[in-house]
Amino acid sequence: MNHLPQAWGRPRDDVYGTYDRSYLQTSTPNSHTQSPAVTGTSVLAIKFNGGVAMAADKLASYGSLARFTDVKRIRVFDKTTVVGFGGDISDMQYIDRLLDSIDVEENYSSNGNTLNAKNVHTYLAKVLYKRRSKFDPLWNQILVAGFDDDSKPFLSSADLLGTTFSAPHLATGFGAHLAIPILRRLFPEEMPVENIGKEEAVAALRECMKVLFYRDARSLDQYSLAVVTSDGVELKEDEKLEAQSWNFAENIRGYGTQVN
Amino acid sequence: MFRNNYDNDSVTFSPQGRIFQVEYAQEAVKQGSVVVGIVSKTHAVLVGLKRNAEELSSYQKKVIAIDSHMGIAIAGLASDARVLSNFMKQQSLGSRLTYGRAIPLERIVLHIGDRAQTNTQHYGRRPYGVGLLIAGVDDSGPHLFEFQPSGMTQEMVACAIGARSQMARTYLEKNLEQFADCGRDQLIGHGLKALKETLSQDKELTVENTTVGIAGLAREGSVGKIENFKLYDGQDIVPLLEALEAATSGTEAVGAESMEVDS
Repeated sequence: MNHLPQAWGRPRDDVYGTYDRSYLQTSTPNSHTQSPAVTGTSVLAIKFNGGVAMAADKLASYGSLARFTDVKRIRVFDKTTVVGFGGDISDMQYIDRLLDSIDVEENYSSNGNTLNAKNVHTYLAKVLYKRRSKFDPLWNQILVAGFDDDSKPFLSSADLLGTTFSAPHLATGFGAHLAIPILRRLFPEEMPVENIGKEEAVAALRECMKVLFYRDARSLDQYSLAVVTSDGVELKEDEKLEAQSWNFAENIRGYGTQVN
Repeated sequence: MFRNNYDNDSVTFSPQGRIFQVEYAQEAVKQGSVVVGIVSKTHAVLVGLKRNAEELSSYQKKVIAIDSHMGIAIAGLASDARVLSNFMKQQSLGSRLTYGRAIPLERIVLHIGDRAQTNTQHYGRRPYGVGLLIAGVDDSGPHLFEFQPSGMTQEMVACAIGARSQMARTYLEKNLEQFADCGRDQLIGHGLKALKETLSQDKELTVENTTVGIAGLAREGSVGKIENFKLYDGQDIVPLLEALEAATSGTEAVGAESMEVDS
């Protein structure tokens, strides 16, 4: 009788024949997410005097297919913080559930202790870094907006690698290429955030969303817009681009089937 | 012969609805030397009387800093307290790491409360033989909590646990109204006076046997929102004892005068 440890607990070969070891293995090695599936594109956000504004369109693409057109990619946390998600939609929904559960936990004790935007951002960055270290990343870039410990406007980013950074205006995805230069021209770096009004900031975001719709083929003309101030969060989820002008399209050369 | 059959483990109720092992653990708290905690609108203070096991040994720690915003005072088995305080230190560091935030006091107190309760409901385990006073500040201001081996936790305005703590509680009850508006030094003074009440005739508060920990909201104009938990031990306690001396000798002098008038 085989007394070696690898035979323990298995049917005896001399009675039942050789054990079919192929059952012990799966045909392929375990594999983790290697690319996102259904994705959302840009999230834009900008700090202004006394708050932060954020916008993200409502499209979820499956590759280049515009799969869902009513996906809300900005969520409110604890009435004081907004979180905007670019990247994989199912991972966004998972993180959304994580945030729901810490929100519930936090509200068990109701006496004045709350997580602010900075705390939420630290938490999300830790979650994202943990997952990338498991080689199973949550495929998102996330913007968190709200207030920090000193009640000053807070805006910061965290991505699927666990990298974090912050700036007076931030954008994910295509917006990082198209919207950031526009925002930088409107609100140069040396311009203090206190000089930027709420209306001005929101108007700039709307303008950037329009440019993104013109040029980003994975974007949509419907978007969510959130404004965080000390009064709370104002989240509008039925915004539409207005006053579009496609005249410039005639002059574009080098794409499609035109000859000259 | 009569034997109590209901105190062999902490999972069996007696027919009277008591769990003897838990009650015995609470006795262990009463054997520990006394600690006092008081909270005002701005500060939370812990005061403890340290004991030395023998003349030649050092004094047992009574007040332990957990994090920069909170600390605990212990009465009972010091080794059990060490396990609990290590756990609390881990929890508060965990909160700072994952959220970048000092852990709210109520949260950490409920956590150790849950741990202690589990010990009373599993066969082969025993309750912690230690009571704690947890004091500190968080976003909702200064707090003082009491923790018992049964897993019971309560928020308190003022509290004393340990040997002869009834004397301190009597003092606290008598002066209850004053605590809310006390300043930092006054609050420490009340703590030390309450501690002094518990001393037997031949004992007094000394540099060796007195320990104080205090945390609070920062004074206006200073950096940061809170005044970090500060532990006064050994020579650091001298000014506090001198202040107590000055305060009490003042009142005693008045007492002595009136005595003379009487006779």
